[in-house]
Formats: sequence, structure tokens, C-alpha cells
Amino acid sequence: MNKKPLASLGLALTAILAMSGCGSAASSNVSSTEKVTIKYSNFISNGGNEKNLDTIVQAFEKANPNITVQVTTLPYKDYATALQTDLAAGTQADTFDIEYANLRSYVASGAVAPLDGVDGSKYKQSLLQSYQSDGKQYALPSSFSDVVLYYNKALFDAAKVAYPTSSWTWADETAAAKKITDSAAGVYGDYQSVSFYEFYKALAQTGGKFLNDDGKSVAFNSPQGIKAAEWLAGKSGTTMPTPAQGAGTPDFDTKLFKDGKLGMLHSGIWVASSFADSPKSWDIVVEPGDTQKASAEFSNAIGVSANSKNKAAAQKWAEYMTSSDVMAQTRISAAWELPATSDDSVLKPYLAKDKPANRQAIFDALDKVALPPVIGDNQQKMVDIITNALGEVEAKRSSAADALKGAADQINALLK
Amino acid sequence: MTALQDSRSGSPGPTATTKRYRGPGIRRKATGNRLRYGLTVAVFLIPSALPLLFFTIVPMFSAFWISLNQWNLVGPMKWVGLGNYGKLIGDPGTQGAFLHTIYYIVGYLPLVYVGGLAIALALNSRIRGRSMMRGLYFLPVVTSWIVVALVWRWLLNPSTGIVNWLLGLIGVTGPGWWTDPAWSMPSIIVASAWKDLGFVMVILLAGLQAIPEDLYEAATVDGAGRWRRLFSITLPMLSPSTFFVIVLSLINGFQVFDQVYAMTGGGPNNSSQVVVEQIYDLTFRYGRAGEASALSWLLFLFILVITLIQVRGQKKWVHYA
Repeated sequence: MNKKPLASLGLALTAILAMSGCGSAASSNVSSTEKVTIKYSNFISNGGNEKNLDTIVQAFEKANPNITVQVTTLPYKDYATALQTDLAAGTQADTFDIEYANLRSYVASGAVAPLDGVDGSKYKQSLLQSYQSDGKQYALPSSFSDVVLYYNKALFDAAKVAYPTSSWTWADETAAAKKITDSAAGVYGDYQSVSFYEFYKALAQTGGKFLNDDGKSVAFNSPQGIKAAEWLAGKSGTTMPTPAQGAGTPDFDTKLFKDGKLGMLHSGIWVASSFADSPKSWDIVVEPGDTQKASAEFSNAIGVSANSKNKAAAQKWAEYMTSSDVMAQTRISAAWELPATSDDSVLKPYLAKDKPANRQAIFDALDKVALPPVIGDNQQKMVDIITNALGEVEAKRSSAADALKGAADQINALLK
Repeated sequence: MTALQDSRSGSPGPTATTKRYRGPGIRRKATGNRLRYGLTVAVFLIPSALPLLFFTIVPMFSAFWISLNQWNLVGPMKWVGLGNYGKLIGDPGTQGAFLHTIYYIVGYLPLVYVGGLAIALALNSRIRGRSMMRGLYFLPVVTSWIVVALVWRWLLNPSTGIVNWLLGLIGVTGPGWWTDPAWSMPSIIVASAWKDLGFVMVILLAGLQAIPEDLYEAATVDGAGRWRRLFSITLPMLSPSTFFVIVLSLINGFQVFDQVYAMTGGGPNNSSQVVVEQIYDLTFRYGRAGEASALSWLLFLFILVITLIQVRGQKKWVHYA
């Protein structure tokens, strides 16, 4: 038994850090004819889009014969830990995926290089700006996506309920979910994960706020917060499976939907490509709101490592992967997440594709967006505190009011 | 050191012979031999000493250095002195993690010892197929914790697991094992004891076989019954093995991690959060490597003190024959 597994790791990391520090000093401009290899670490292609990423990589290498791109793909749930470890050890890839919520702490730590000379006109401006800090561009948005309501038409028909529309509210959703649910047959009306990522959005849908305007204390400990928590947690065990039945485990919800046993699913557009013809007939619609509409919008970006030896080549790849036509076409034809392009005509063919029929919902959802609250270094801790509190409400061990009060106290302490 | 001296005096080496035949040369020769001897020892020690130095000793002190700083693994370190230690001691999460770890040990240790002893006693008697049985009981020990944890998660599934189904047959509504904070730690304890039974059994079995048969014969002649022989001969004679098992289980118990990570992830609502899980979360999820290193050191000191107490206390109850 190793007595101090963490301590050993700590040193190994420090040692590597020291070594890499010496190494990068000698690097610098590589002439344009010299062959270089760029590493790209990503999660965005994991789970079905690996081939599409490969298509883009090959097109890039063809256009830039002196640059080779070496891709590492990790599952989303392991990605942040792996990247953090690599950053600490100085072994990170030259280019890597960055989530909007994590950018702030990477910039503060000096992990990502500022990017000069980027042609900003190619990008959707709001997305491009969200990756800027102090007037500098620290990452380039590769895609955006949002969360919509998926529904299985056959289950709605069987329960004799009208299909969801964009004017639906929570009440309509609950009523339909109750009619569709048939526990004996293992059929459930609804699925929405009881977690931070659904909570801040539900909070916005019922007119509440997560943080106060100064960002120094939380505002979710409110009647709206309680309503949002009860809305999410109350589904569990009534119209939605409980954790003991598997809820919350990876791929549980999408599998249930594919098996034709789920009436409605709140999920990101990134799962759409995996549904195809199972269930047989399905569509999407903008999520119902309570007092107002609010949809979660996510974007991913690619950053260049501050200690990359080939920054110029790395940036070239990052720009290609975020703004080239090949990338946009590949994403559109595969119904992957949408390219963050400023050219709306590129997105047109996406709307014309057949399944799901109501693709317009993906763009309509962007009219009213709820962005995740961002607090910097303690981001993950905040996410865990909220998800834990909601779990207590879901298991009926705590009232929504008590759980949120406890969570508010803990998060306020982090914000001090 | 004693081991070294023992092996030297035990070997009829050249020192003894030269000393007798070559008067004036002995001193130089002896020094040379000592040097050569030392070198030989060093060569044999290097394969284990170097990894120990570079992967255990140096990292330990490096972790101590990190523990005096605030560090998110990526940015520069910020000196905070003993601040991390103070913060941890006052932190309810850390206190909870220590309490849960102690809860784990208090539940796990008696269960695994008594269970291991029972199996060792059963397999020490002459029964058919005992070699195969010993092998079977040892199988979980060499199985990966991830596999074992997934199997137990499945067995203890509150709604579809076999355990609650069996309980249902006798009219008992099974608890929400890993979904209920009151039952998450008992679930982990049961799974851990099951996995480690075979290891304890092997150690105790070896101890049992070292007990001379004539002790039992004499006791039987004197009219000692089964239980009397167990308590007056077997257990006292087994005390060195018992001591070994307890020291090892306590150290491993304080470092419990794999099964917690794989079975409950410390949940629900942190009810099974243990110290090492906390260290992991602090470093890799929350980017607080300084606090995590400080917690590693607190855990190390805690284990050190408890082990020292045990070593001192053993004089009272451990009998080396």
C-alpha cells in the first residue's frame, strides 16, 4: 500500500512542471516549412462524432501539409480532471477544448495564450465576446448548442395528449407527463436531470436569479428558487424514474428515450444525432417555461496552451477548427453541435434536414437564454453544492426551503 | 541494523578466518571487507530504495511544501503558511470526512476479523476440498475494486437488487442502501469486509498452523472444552497474527477510497465522504491542492499516532512464542 498516493503525485507533478519550464524557453518560432505536430485534446467529438472530427483534421492537414494534428478524445465527465492534471504537470496539449464556465480560472492562472490576429468577423459576435477578457481573445468558440424538449409522438398519441408547442408552460408539461406515465409498463412521462445545470435555468424560467447583481452573494434562496427546486425534484418518483431506478447514471435518459419508454426528455441538441429512427417518431420543441421562457445555451471553445512550442501552428489549427467552411459543413451535415459562425446562410441547410422536423426550435430557443452563473475557482464546488441540495429535496429528506438555505450559506461563504 | 549484524555474525565469513591467521593485516583487511560488504548491501537495496526515495519520501515533503501554499494546480502558488491546516480543522466537511472514516473502521474491523477468523478456523480443520475453498475465499482479494463495487452496487440496488428482493420474500422492506445517507456507509462496510475476508483468513490460517498440536492435546487431557481451547490457546497463540491484521487493517481503513469512489462517490449528500475521497475532490475537482496536501499530512499524522499507540500497547496482549 502506498501511504501517500497524493503526495507522490504532487511531487511528480512539480518535477514535471519544473522540467517543462526549462524546455519551453528554448522553443519559439518554427519556420513555416518545418514539419510540426500539434496536439489537440477534446471532448466535443466524444460519443459519436469522432469520425466527423477526423474529417476536419484531414482537411486541415491537406491544406497545411507541414502540420500534423494529433487528436486525443476524452469523455466529457473525465475531461476537466484530465486537463487540470495536465496543466499542473505542464503536459497539456497545444490546443484544448475549454468550457465557457472554466475560462475565467484558466485565464487567471495564465494557462491559455492570448490569440492575436484572429479574423473575428467569421464568428457569431456574442459567442466570440464571451471568450474575451481585458480586451484579449483567449479562446475561439467552436460550437454552440442549447437544450430543448424532446418528445416521443407515439407515447403522446397513445395517451391521447396533444403534442407540446412553444407556448407550453410547466403546468402543461406536468399534466401531459402524468397522463403518459405508466409505471407498470416502465413508461415515464418526463425526464429532466435534478442538477445544477437544470436548476439555474428553471430558476430563470420562473423569473428568479441565481446571483445578485454584484456577484458577491446568491439570490436563489427565494420563492422562485424554491419553486424551481420543487419543479425538478417533484418529478422524481412521480413522472420520472428515481436514482434507485437508475436516474442520473450515464446514458440512462437517452436509452430510455430510444427504447420508446420516455414521453419527454430535457436534453441538449448534441444527443439528437444519436436518436435517428429510435424512437420511431419524435420531435423537439422549445422548453416550456413558467412565468417566462429561458433556455440553456452552451458553447465550447478551443484555446492555445500558454506553453505550447508551436503557438503559430496551434492557433492556425484552432482557427480552422472553429471557423473553416469544412468544419461548418461537417457539423451541419452530421447534425453535430452548431458552428459558431456569423454567416447565417451556412446554417440554412441545417434547417432543411429532416429529423427532427422542428429544427427551428433550436434557433428559437436562443431568443431567451439563461447562462450558467460563473464564480471562478470555486465553480465546481458550487455545482456540487447545488446538485447535493437538490438530491436531498428529491429524496424527500429535506424541504426545498431548507436545502436551498443550506446551499446559499455554503455558496455565500465561497464568494467571500 | 540488528538484521545486518545478525547476518554478519551468522555467516562464517572471511573476517573470522583472516583474524586468526594474519596478525598485522587484519585492520586494513577488515575495513576493506566492511566497505565491500556495505557496497554489496547498497547494490541490493538500490532497486527498492530509489523508488522509495523518489516516489514516496521526496513527494511526501514536496506535499508538505504544497500544503503551506494556496494552489489551484495551474496558476502560481501563494504562500499561506499553516493557514490550510487551520482552515481544514475548522471545516465541517473535513470533520465529517474523519468521522465517516472512523465509522467505517469501527464497522469494518470487527466484521472482517471475526469473519476471517471463523473461516480460518473452519478451513484449518480437515474437511474435503479445503484447498479449493481457501482459493475461493481469496478470490475477491485479487479482484479489482471497480468490479467488486459495481457488483455490490447491483446486489444492493434499492429497487431492483437481489438483496432487497430476498428481504422482500421474508416480508422486510429493504433499505435504500446507497441512496439513503443512513445506509450508504453500512453498504460500503459490508462490501469491504466481504472483499477482505480472504486476506485476513490467509494471515490467520498461517498463524493457526504454527500453533503446536500438543498444546491442544494436553489441554484436552486436562478436560478443556472447545471454547476453552479457543480462548485459552488459539486466541493467545494467534495474537501476533491478530496484531498484524489489526495494524494493517487500520492503516488501510484510514486510506479507504476505491470502494467509496466506485460505490457512492461519497454520497448521498456527503454521507459516505471519507478522508481520501475528500483529498481527491479537493485536488482534482475543486482545484485546492494546498488544502488537499495539508489534509494528506493530517491523515498521515493521524495514522502515525494510532500505529505508535498500537505498537506500544501490543506488549500488554501480544504473545510472541
